[in-house]
Parts: sequence; C-alpha cells; structure tokens
Amino acid sequence: MIAIQNISKSYGDVKALNSISFRVEKGQLFGLIGPDGSGKTSLFRILTSLLKPTSGKATVAGFNTVTDYKDIRKIVGYMPERFSLYMDLTVEENLKFFATVFNTTIRENYHLIEEIYQMLEPFKNRRAGDLSGGMKQKLALSCALIHKPEILLLDEPTTGVDPVSRKDFWDILKKLQKSGITTLVSTPFMDDAELCDEVALVQKGEILKMDTPQNLANGFPHKLWKIVSENNYRTLKVLDEFETKISAFSFGNSVHLATGDDVDEQAIVNHLKQHNVKLISIAIIKAHIEDVFMDLMSHEKGSS
Amino acid sequence: MRRILLIVQKEFIQIWRDKTMKPLLIAMPIIQLAILSYTADFTVKNINLFVQDQDHSALSQKLIDKIGASDNFNLQAVSPVYNDGFNQIQKNNIDVILSIPEHFSRDFNSGRKTALFIAADAINSTKAGISMNYLQNIIKNFGEEQAVEKGFSGLNPGIIVSKRNWYNPNLNYKFFMVPGIMTLLVTMIALFLSGMNIVREKEIGTIEQLNVTPIKKYQFIIGKLLPFLIIGLFEFTIGLAVALLWFRVPFLGSIGLIYLFTAVYLVLILGIGMFISTITDTQQQALFLSWFFSVIFILMSGLFTPIESMPVWAQKITLFNPIRYYVEVIRLVMLKGSAFSSIKLNFLIISVAAVVVNLLAMLNYRKTA
Repeated sequence: MIAIQNISKSYGDVKALNSISFRVEKGQLFGLIGPDGSGKTSLFRILTSLLKPTSGKATVAGFNTVTDYKDIRKIVGYMPERFSLYMDLTVEENLKFFATVFNTTIRENYHLIEEIYQMLEPFKNRRAGDLSGGMKQKLALSCALIHKPEILLLDEPTTGVDPVSRKDFWDILKKLQKSGITTLVSTPFMDDAELCDEVALVQKGEILKMDTPQNLANGFPHKLWKIVSENNYRTLKVLDEFETKISAFSFGNSVHLATGDDVDEQAIVNHLKQHNVKLISIAIIKAHIEDVFMDLMSHEKGSS
Repeated sequence: MRRILLIVQKEFIQIWRDKTMKPLLIAMPIIQLAILSYTADFTVKNINLFVQDQDHSALSQKLIDKIGASDNFNLQAVSPVYNDGFNQIQKNNIDVILSIPEHFSRDFNSGRKTALFIAADAINSTKAGISMNYLQNIIKNFGEEQAVEKGFSGLNPGIIVSKRNWYNPNLNYKFFMVPGIMTLLVTMIALFLSGMNIVREKEIGTIEQLNVTPIKKYQFIIGKLLPFLIIGLFEFTIGLAVALLWFRVPFLGSIGLIYLFTAVYLVLILGIGMFISTITDTQQQALFLSWFFSVIFILMSGLFTPIESMPVWAQKITLFNPIRYYVEVIRLVMLKGSAFSSIKLNFLIISVAAVVVNLLAMLNYRKTA
C-alpha cells in the first residue's frame, strides 16, 4: 500500500531523512518509532505530498507522491502532528467542513466514525479549541476518516494525550484496521509500538531496525537484568564502572542492565555491594522493545 | 462551487465569532471618518499673533482690531518692542509677528508708501506660509478700505478679480477629505483582512490539513476573497452613509457606478493582500508588509497632497498606486457627478491590475513545499 524507496530529504545542510526504504502492506498497522527530530514528520509530509523528497521515490496506493498528488489527496486521511482543525468552529462544524471538502456527508460515512463520534457527541456544539487533548485527537481522527480514506497517516497522534485516552485511541485504530484501513502511525512511546503489526525504529533520519514488535524484543542480543535499588541514579553511576556491562538505562523505578551471557548474578551483586548500593531485587527479564531501542541508540552514539 | 461556498461560510462563521473583529468592523469606519474628517483640515486656525506697534495711532489700532476680529488669528500681545514678540516665538507662544513702523499713520494719510513687516515661526513651513498669506490678505483689504474711505483713487486696482469655486463653492474641505478618507478605510480593511488571513491558517497549522484535501487553488483563493469583498462593500456602505448623512457631502454621480468601481478596486486590494499572505509565514511578517504598502500607497495617493506638486519621478511612481485611481474616481463621481466615460481609463487600469495580482497570488499559493 505504501512503498518508500531510498527517500532522502535535506534542509540545507541538515539531513532529515537519509535514504529510507520500507513497505507497508495493505491492512497493516505500521509504526514509526523514534525520538523527536528523527525525521518522522518529514516522511509524513512527503507521503501526503506536502513536501517533495530531495531524492528517492515513494508511492501511496500505487500513486507517486510527486506526480500523482491529486489522487493521493483523495484516498489519504492525514492527522498532522500539530492539531490543525479550526479552533473557532464547533466539533460538528469542523466535521461537516471536512466532509463537504471531500464531497461527502457525515451521514454517508457515519459508520466509520460512529464509535469515536459517540464519545464526542456530548460536546458537538463546543468549539474545537475548548476541547481537552484527548477529545481534540478524537475529533482530528474523525475528520481524517470522514471521507473514507484507504490509508491513514497519523503523525504522533498520541502525543500530549492522557494514558486513558491513548488507550482508547489505539483501540479505535485496531478496530479501523479490522475494517481494512491501512495505517502508518508515528509515536515516541514504546508501549504504543507493541500494538503495531510492524515497527521501524528511526533515529536521525535512518531506520535502525524493522520487524514485528515480538521479533524485535526476542532478538535482543544480550542478557538483561532488572535491578531495583534504593537509589536508581547511584546504581547507574556505580554500574558505569562495572567492567562487563554492555549498557544500563533507568526504567521507571528500576535499572535495566544488559550484559554478556557469561555474567552471573553474583558478580553484579558483589559489584553493587562493594560500592555501598542497597539492592532490593535483581532478576533476569525478557527484553522489551524499549530495551532494543535503547540498545540500538547507544550503538549509534558509540559509532558517531 | 460547493467548496467555494463552504469556505465563504466558514470565513463568515469565524469572523462572526471573533469577539474583537465584529465590533471593530462596525466601529472602525465610523470612528475613522468622524475623527479624521475633522482633524485632516488644511485651513489654519488659532494663529497666535504678536503686534509690535511703534505708531500708536488710530489707524494702527484700526488695523490691529481688524486682524484681531478674524477667525484665524488670536491677538496675544501688543508692544512697541520687537524682541518681546521674538522671545515669545522662541517659547512657542507666538506664531507670527506683525511690525507696524513709526509714522505709519502719517505716511499713509499723506498718500506716501508705507511698509509693514511680518515675521513667522517657520518650523512648520506650511502653517507659516498660510498664516502670512492670511495676514497679507487682511492688510491688503484694510489698505483698500482705508484708501476708498480717504478717496485715494490711485490705490484701487484697475482689474477686479471675482472668484467662483466650482463643485465646492464654499471650499468646504470636508467635501474633499471625506470621500478621500472613505477610500483609505476601504483599502486598509481589505488589505489587512486578506493579508492576515491565509498566513493565519499557516501559523495555526490548519493549512496543513486543508492542503491534503482535494480543494483546488482557485477554489481556495476565491473562497477567501468573496467574504472580504462582501465585508469591504459593507464597510464602504457605512462610510458612504456617514459621509452623506452626517457630513452632508454632495453626491452627484451614480451610486451604481461607485459601487461597481469599489467592487473591482476591492478585488485588486484583496489580491494584493492574498499575495502578501502567500509570501509570508507569520502574521507579523504579513502585518509589516501590509503596513509598508499602505503607508506608501496612502501618502502617494493624492489624498493629502496633490500629486501634481510631487517631483516628476514620484508622480511616475503614483501610477502604480491603486489608491490614486480610486481617490480620483470617488471624488469625481461624488463631487463632480462624472459618468463612466470620464473614469473609464481608471476602471480599465484597476480591472487589469486586479486580474494580474489575483493570478499571481493564485500561482504563488503552493500546497506543496
């Protein structure tokens, strides 16, 4: 459905995208995972034909993003990173506006947005600018869906949204997927990533790795320890001097330590004890996608 | 067509909901016309006069009384010492000094030539020139009156000039200024509304969403243009009502003609605004550009200073100034009752410019970066 071949985009000397290639199959929910400034938004703007790539080629439903932009605009539903509906129009007016722009009506495609719109209905006469973050997101999704697009392009739809609304949002995406819509979604949140069929980890305009979330997590190449102590920060510092360490990152109230397969628990415990760290628990855990990403990023840093 | 109407409807809802915009659109023309028409007055009043009277005769007193009785002069002091007056000029209390020499009365009565001296604070050169002119006129009249009284036939000029001011018999400056200020009003509102509009959508980000829809460029531009055209004509109507009902400016020409010209003119100004909108990224930039153009347009429009008295190169620049043509037409049609045939050149120029500018704006509005 979406085919991206060696797409690069430069802004002067800054390379936002560096020869990116990947494909999204029909009906897939594909996630672009990466920190701010990794080039995700540039890619979305290229796919929606708002931006021309410096080099490379991209097609959306077989349409070239540069030459067939008119066709693309008919079949794509786009939610930009920044809320971009009319703040001074009401919920209903916004929806009606975008329906009419696409020569359709709310009634015609109501089935697509029914579930979301039911949540919005109590506020339908409220101005979009007065909605909460989660409600704005739902309205934006409704507006992107109202013309029955084949492909949804969602640029960081869950940024600035509370965890409950975020979960609602992903439930909706899953349901839309079942109705056959292909979705490309970007997010900086690792737990969003697990809900995708396939994810690409992006950093500095390059794809570090691409696979199903399951395979990515399983492919974590090291032994991973979860260490809970009284002081995370101190533990991290102390682990810097742990010779067989591969990487160590703070995860909430614990530290995830990656080591080679030959390291045993006793060695870690002893090292921490020597440096007066009060250990609460230590255990081997299965890697999470976030561990994979952190690990990949640390290699990137090391090599550059 | 449906999409154009949709955008028009959207713009009207947005303007209607704008708490600052709505009252402004009604109050602005009234306030502007009311205040500017009273203040943009080129007659000079309240000139502070000092008289150095070295003669102290009945005749000098008569002259002083005559000047003091004029509407334009406030007689502040009379003294025989010139420097008393000059010191007051330095303190900004006196604008003009009239010096009456010794033996003024004696010389005049014996039919000899006598000379008065006028000095003015010429920091504001226009005001100084006009003040001196007024004073000379009064003195000249006085001289003639006195000569007749005393039977000096020689002083009476042989040629009598009688005057008639066509189209504005009483030289009421308001009849001249009010139509001019109406043009200013229409121009400012149209330029700023349209100049800020598309750029606002850019700034808020709504254009990003709009650009991925199948809306065509021309639909977008026309949809944006129409609401402001309607608002512009509405503003013009308020202005016209104030001009006719409050200032009693005569209206000799055809109402239809003036509305037709205003509509075409508005399309041109809106096009300039749209063009500004397409080349800028923020409302601040658009505001600066709009100001830049409107100040040049207004000062070089012939509204406040006659174009004929500008240097030749500046006169040539005014040929590119839309307000110039509009001011001309509105004054001609309102005060002179000119028909289409006398304004057709202006009409042609503005129409062609309107088409060109709007095409440029349309071509320059890019949905793709």
